[in-house]
Amino acid sequence: MSALPFSELAARIRARFPAVAERMSENRQPWLLVPAADLLAVCQLCRDDPELDFASLCDLTGWDLLRYPAQPPSDAIVVAYYLHSLRHRHHLTLKALAPRACCTLPSVSAIWPAAIAFEREVYDLLGVQFSGHPRLTRILLPEDWEGHPLRKDYAYPAAYHGVPHARAGQWFEDGPARAPAGAAPPAGGAA
Amino acid sequence: MKAAEDSIVTTAVDEFLAWGKEHSLFYLLFATACCGIELMQTGGPRYDVDRLGMIPRATPRQSDLMIVAGTITHKMASRVRTLWEQMTEPRWVVSMGSCANSGGPFSKWSYSVLNGVDKYIPVDVYIPGCPPRPEALIDGVMALRERVRRYRTLGIRDRDPYVVAGHEAPFGSHPGKEREATR
Ligand code: SF4
Repeated sequence: MSALPFSELAARIRARFPAVAERMSENRQPWLLVPAADLLAVCQLCRDDPELDFASLCDLTGWDLLRYPAQPPSDAIVVAYYLHSLRHRHHLTLKALAPRACCTLPSVSAIWPAAIAFEREVYDLLGVQFSGHPRLTRILLPEDWEGHPLRKDYAYPAAYHGVPHARAGQWFEDGPARAPAGAAPPAGGAA
Repeated sequence: MKAAEDSIVTTAVDEFLAWGKEHSLFYLLFATACCGIELMQTGGPRYDVDRLGMIPRATPRQSDLMIVAGTITHKMASRVRTLWEQMTEPRWVVSMGSCANSGGPFSKWSYSVLNGVDKYIPVDVYIPGCPPRPEALIDGVMALRERVRRYRTLGIRDRDPYVVAGHEAPFGSHPGKEREATR
């Protein structure tokens, strides 16, 4: 019944999974980089180990590292898991990388059912395929939307269902990239 | 209208009907974003649009007026169109706020916001503002009432047919649902 500092949380996890790496963000927030192969087992340990006891998945989100000043430069999609222990009152951030070309990660929805909606959102906006998810469909955008808009190389659609995006006389020359009307689905859009 | 005797008024049927419509613009209780808060406030006790005969109705089939209050996304737009189609005629649309007029703050940097609800439904009155104050909404409604007053149920109609100028596929999200201009 005591909150563990990050170093001890990390040590407990790394004793079982040596491939897990400790990292520090620019604003001095520590987090753990988990290889995709270990992700499910690490999450299971985080939830079931009585000393860790992360019963709550507070948030699951993601972002695109393309053109991000990360070291080393990467074009992967990050998926971040924010865990909280209601009993011990400590929390932990896990991150996993999904490579852009084959954008797949295991789904943690069997461990924390809260992840079902979160993972659908990350899939909708970033195109990460979560294997083992019970129903991985779009959650915010229409079902027939093309592409995943929070990818940095997403090209904005010029029209949706034949309704043009721009108003008459509106121009976008310094705006985000836009697909020409009637073009193929934008790059980065392949699911 | 002419007053003949103390308690006798003579008028044309159409004028009488228009007078009735003008003073009972029931509006659809429908809001999609922050402008909806101003719409609710306009219906509240301080601004009290009830005194103009404007009573919110919960279903489109009972409504004369749709006040599009808030951001309309591409996903929502077809629902707006469906609601509008369910309204009984004559029906009126007020586009409230920059979002419904033109996409507003989202018009350039959003992939999913519809740049103006008039791409899906014909709009009678546009009210600028982000959000418009209740006074502006009431002003827009007064402008609409001018229009309703000129509407002729039996005679010549002072209103455009349901065509949105400038768009080749005005109601593109509803293939097969286009309808003839009904007046
Ligand atoms: S016009 Fe402004 S206040 Fe109204 S819905 Fe749009 S952002 Fe909100």
